[in-house]
Amino acid sequence: MDIDTVDLRVAIGGLALQNPVMTASGTFGYGEEFSPYVNLHRLGAIIVKGISLQPRKGNPPPRIVETPCGMLNSIGLENVGLDTFISDKLPFLLETRTKVIVNILGDCVEEYAELAQKLSDHKGIGAIEINISCPNVKKGGVAFGTDHKMAAEVTAKVRKATSLPLIVKLSPNVTDIALIAKAVEEAGCDAISLINTLLGMAIDIQSRTPKLRNVVGGLSGPAIKPVALRMVWQVAQCVNVPVIGIGGISSAADAIEFLIAGASAIQIGTANFINPQITEQIITGIKNYLQEHEIDSVRKIIGSLKV
Amino acid sequence: MPQFQKKAILLQNKKVTEDIYKITLESPEVARAARPGQFVMVKAFNGFDPLLRRPFSIYQVTDNGNLQLLYKVIGKGTKLLAGMKPEQHIDIIGPLGRGFAFDRSKICIVGGGIGVAPLFHLMKRVLRSPHPSKVTVLMGARSREEMLGITQDFEKLGVELGVATDDGSMGHKGPVTELMGEIRDQDAGWTVFSCGPYPMLKAVAKICDEYGWECQVSMETMMACGVAACLGCAIPAAAEEIGYLHTCKDGPVFDARELAWI
Ligand SMILES: Cc1cc2nc3c(=O)[nH]c(=O)nc-3n(C[C@H](O)[C@H](O)[C@H](O)COP(=O)(O)OP(=O)(O)OC[C@H]3O[C@@H](n4cnc5c(N)ncnc54)[C@H](O)[C@@H]3O)c2cc1C
Ligand SMILES: Cc1cc2nc3c(=O)[nH]c(=O)nc-3n(C[C@H](O)[C@H](O)[C@H](O)COP(=O)(O)O)c2cc1C
Ligand code: FES
Repeated sequence: MDIDTVDLRVAIGGLALQNPVMTASGTFGYGEEFSPYVNLHRLGAIIVKGISLQPRKGNPPPRIVETPCGMLNSIGLENVGLDTFISDKLPFLLETRTKVIVNILGDCVEEYAELAQKLSDHKGIGAIEINISCPNVKKGGVAFGTDHKMAAEVTAKVRKATSLPLIVKLSPNVTDIALIAKAVEEAGCDAISLINTLLGMAIDIQSRTPKLRNVVGGLSGPAIKPVALRMVWQVAQCVNVPVIGIGGISSAADAIEFLIAGASAIQIGTANFINPQITEQIITGIKNYLQEHEIDSVRKIIGSLKV
Repeated sequence: MPQFQKKAILLQNKKVTEDIYKITLESPEVARAARPGQFVMVKAFNGFDPLLRRPFSIYQVTDNGNLQLLYKVIGKGTKLLAGMKPEQHIDIIGPLGRGFAFDRSKICIVGGGIGVAPLFHLMKRVLRSPHPSKVTVLMGARSREEMLGITQDFEKLGVELGVATDDGSMGHKGPVTELMGEIRDQDAGWTVFSCGPYPMLKAVAKICDEYGWECQVSMETMMACGVAACLGCAIPAAAEEIGYLHTCKDGPVFDARELAWI
């Protein structure tokens, strides 16, 4: 089989992608940061750092600490805010051939809806991804994504505010991920992405102080891959909307595992820090795998797990 | 400013003191683009543990165009780096960040321990500029052994050094900042360029503020990406409305007045 006949295209709830490889929010800046190292035009989609209505300063340092095969972060959702994003960051992204997905976050349901509505006015945005791992300030700071009712409520409000493809990004810090997934599907999302980081911590035993100033932070990287893969498989079994796999993906083999488990596309996060060219290498790797196995389309391996 | 991800070839990895090494890398593109105060992100290890790249200042670009780093072995990553042999490949990203701005005429370099690393690159460039400045170098170290290790290249340049050691085994006994008062004079002030442990830099910034001297400091924070994407390298800014600056992009060299020094 000729390598050029391998078809990598996938569709995520109305959003057509040239390949299933995207960058995970918060690990690829606003795209431009990686332009010296990677050909941005080749990516399936770029998902930008989470945007809120107002700029956010983020948490005091130290914000990151390395752990075995992973890292903890407590960035605190620092971002430039919607207006600066639209005036300073979006124009560059819209010049690439790659789809742009804007990740949004808020303190309350209304903030998410307002963000979605304002973003819908801008041509060129491919989809919206909502990060529901943030605390709902009006409900005592419980994360939207840890309660199926709150998760459904925020999804429904955003759904009303925009006609753009809507991806809901799930938090893994829950007892029943399937329950949350079904709730957001019912509330009208077009796709589900998972997982966000797993809550963790690390302690300096000499000073007996937490290594992160925020005490706890989100674990990412290869260490979380088995958990992420299990959750993606579980969710893919119980929803009809496309699922996007995230968590520790560091090679084409990792990406293919997620596709086989049922993900229609995947996101690369922490691995971008270690190798800024990893996304392109994974695209090539998936293509090579398909050619080797004489499979003409990536869509044929999605959910092809033999149990 | 050009930046690259390249496989550098290790030419030499030489032990300088008990725990300080000097590594020479062939990476012409990065070396050509490197300016004093900039750094590289180094991945010298395969596998996932350690996971992240490690940041190192550029110690110098050698006369034959190679890149040199000076590093202290403190943990997993630097231990692995110390074990690497000539002809092995090391993946580097760089040159990164904002370096020193050195157009002033009276330059005072204040280094502490391994903090000497970015200062040597600066020193070389200053001495080679068409109108060399008046330069004073003040260096602090734990002991005589460490001092000899970190200053041997400065001595080869023929510059005069003021030295201070913690144990008094060489030069002044006490912090290097105590030597700053000795160069205070009546005519126009010095511009200080400094790198070292945080408490030392804080003291240097305070003294410069008091004397009315310009002061540029090279800072260290934890870093995951080095390319302004993760926002992990936050450092508190003096201006409250700014909140945090980012060491990999706004630094690692800052005007001391930009920082909050908490
Ligand atoms: C811009 C910049 C330039 C640097 N230049 C040099 C240089 O020229 N020479 C040199 O020897 N070192 C330099 N460093 C520090 C160097 O990056 C760390 O010493 C190195 O990452 C330690 O790696 P490790 O795996 O050996 O230690 P680890 O096992 O990762 O850590 C050992 C201990 O050091 C702490 N630590 C690790 N990294 C840092 C850091 N970046 N800042 C503060 N504490 C840290 C850890 O929390 C831990 O307690 C620089 C750092 C930065 C940010
Ligand atoms: C430094 C950092 C910042 C992140 N910021 C965001 C964010 O702003 N919004 C979001 O939805 N997820 C954010 N994430 C989560 C990632 O998008 C991803 O879900 C997670 O890291 C797991 O994937 P990985 O193991 O491939 O990194 C962040 C992760 C990291 C490491
Ligand atoms: S190290 Fe990632 S933003 Fe500075």
